[in-house]
Amino acid sequence: MASRMRPLVLSASTAVSALGQGAAAQGEALAARRGGLRPNDFEPAVGGWIGRVAGVEDVTLPPELAAYDCRNNRLAAMALAADGFAEAVAEAREAYGAGRIALILGTSTSGITAAEEAYRQRDPESGTLPAGFDYGRTQDLASLAGYVRAALGLRGPSLVVSTACASSARAFMDAAQLIQTGICDAAVVGGADSLCRMTLQGFAALELISPTACRPCDAARSGISIGEAAGFALLERAEAPRRDGGAGPRLALLGAGASSDGYHMSSPHPRGAGAIAAMRQALASASLAPDAVDWVHLHGTGTRANDAMEDMAVMAVCGADTPCSSTKAYTGHTLGACGILETVLAGQCLERGFVAGCLDVTEPDPAFQSRVATANLERPLRYVLSNSFGFGGINCSLVLGSPP
Amino acid sequence: MTVLEANIIGVSVWGPGLEGWAASRPVLAGEAPYEPRPSPAPPPAVLPPTERRRTGPVARLALVVAQEAAAASGLPPASLRSVFASSNGDGVVVGGILDALATIPAESRPVSPTQFHNSVHNAAAGYWSIANASAEPATCLGLHDDTWAAGLLKAMAEVVADAEPVLLCAYDHPLPAPLDARRPTLAPFGLGLVLAPPGIGRPLARLAVRYEAMAGAAPPVPRIEGLRPLAAGNAAARALPLLEALARGGAASHFLPYGDGSLTVTLAP
Repeated sequence: MASRMRPLVLSASTAVSALGQGAAAQGEALAARRGGLRPNDFEPAVGGWIGRVAGVEDVTLPPELAAYDCRNNRLAAMALAADGFAEAVAEAREAYGAGRIALILGTSTSGITAAEEAYRQRDPESGTLPAGFDYGRTQDLASLAGYVRAALGLRGPSLVVSTACASSARAFMDAAQLIQTGICDAAVVGGADSLCRMTLQGFAALELISPTACRPCDAARSGISIGEAAGFALLERAEAPRRDGGAGPRLALLGAGASSDGYHMSSPHPRGAGAIAAMRQALASASLAPDAVDWVHLHGTGTRANDAMEDMAVMAVCGADTPCSSTKAYTGHTLGACGILETVLAGQCLERGFVAGCLDVTEPDPAFQSRVATANLERPLRYVLSNSFGFGGINCSLVLGSPP
Repeated sequence: MTVLEANIIGVSVWGPGLEGWAASRPVLAGEAPYEPRPSPAPPPAVLPPTERRRTGPVARLALVVAQEAAAASGLPPASLRSVFASSNGDGVVVGGILDALATIPAESRPVSPTQFHNSVHNAAAGYWSIANASAEPATCLGLHDDTWAAGLLKAMAEVVADAEPVLLCAYDHPLPAPLDARRPTLAPFGLGLVLAPPGIGRPLARLAVRYEAMAGAAPPVPRIEGLRPLAAGNAAARALPLLEALARGGAASHFLPYGDGSLTVTLAP
């Protein structure tokens, strides 16, 4: 059963996605209803549209961390450089000590693009990989934590969570447990997932890639558009002393829930049983009634199956009055990074006071019973329920809102 | 300094010449000779035949230890939350995909649907939840050589934070060529522990772990000489000294390297 969660504040947060670099760029794009998808120029044979981050190819890592160079860590570097995030972590390091800040990051494929390139450069005779390929600092899951830990000068325990598309949402829960037990005083949470051929070809094999830009919740939706993103948040106890002397944190993690479908490896439970359980636990851990939720930020991938089951789950938990929508048509499905990216997006919506309605929906699926927002709804928001579901039937739901 | 405490109420092991806890306990206790031999994990009988056929050697390794530890705990498997820790994940599947991407034209759909969903790091946890019709949450992690330390800390934190029993399953399987040259793994090895707060299950031993941001710990070395190459050659097998202590039934304490810090692991009967 879900136990009551003590609220944690996000005293700093940042993200990079196809919408741009930094939290403000994400918020401005949502407010202006300006999507970031473009035709697939990363693996053209797969077709469809992608959420590609501009400028990744031009990023260079600091010389002492050059061994970590891969597309995934370049995305992480872009996020770390925005929103004064690294500076905020440095202040927390001063306050708590580097050994008291944990690092909990999510990724599904880490730096696998480095391995994809290395395989194409194998020795034709022996099949060996090129000498420059550094498995442990690129392809391995530990690569992301190794890079970020060194870049931020952290010395607390690290974890790299990999639960497919629920990875960075699950990272928040794992971090909250470490803070609750007193293993650490604060945690840098988040994650990164970058475009790679494995994922694009994998989803193509499952026939889940939309030939056009994805349109979650639309009657004519036909699959996902894959994107890439990185994002981080500095998570601390709500009662921790403020260091900025200003207005203090504006975003808090108030509750979290998780479940397994136990149903199928790549299809969600058709009636959303696992999604319902995760959402209910998240609300219970925040001691929040379902009708207090101002917006359900859907996982909303754009596949027939996900959106249909999620509509049922939202109806079962919140009913037909609560607006719900997906932001995947803005950013693409950023896989293991979607939990942190969508937390930052929700933070922007809370701050600016609007529900980000689905983009490019011409006709919401008439079979849906929940209240799908297809335009932005200007209104003050207090509580956002944000969903992330992954392959293998792993579900996570987070309650975000203003600090208590 | 925070110490996390829990009871071990279920244990399992699978590796070369270590085929289940009952058969391996005397070996790990030093009462019987260690005789390594190839020990492929059996097909998981708990899965329906269609799903069983889709599992490869890595998922089978994870499932055999998860299932045995859960059974040993006496708790219904479906009631257990889980933590799956693996450095290499299903490297057999991922290596196959990398091979296909490099050799099959992009237009010919080089990746198969089953290969793709088996490639995710949480595939073993997915099969586990399907096998047991479990709705309980799972988290899955990897941290190269420090995977066992990370998994142990994470599982202990969940027991303490939520006062619920947690199944911890750690497993690692050799990677296929040519990746294996860059990340050598000696042989398949996995273990399972069910960790519980006081008052749940029958305690086999009491476990305490503590994180310290202080460097200097070398990986612990098994008492049994024959197990040392395995402990040094498989990230999950860093748990072997703990399993030895559990098999002997005595008190023990050792350090696990964890990044530039360390985990102090203490076992009391």
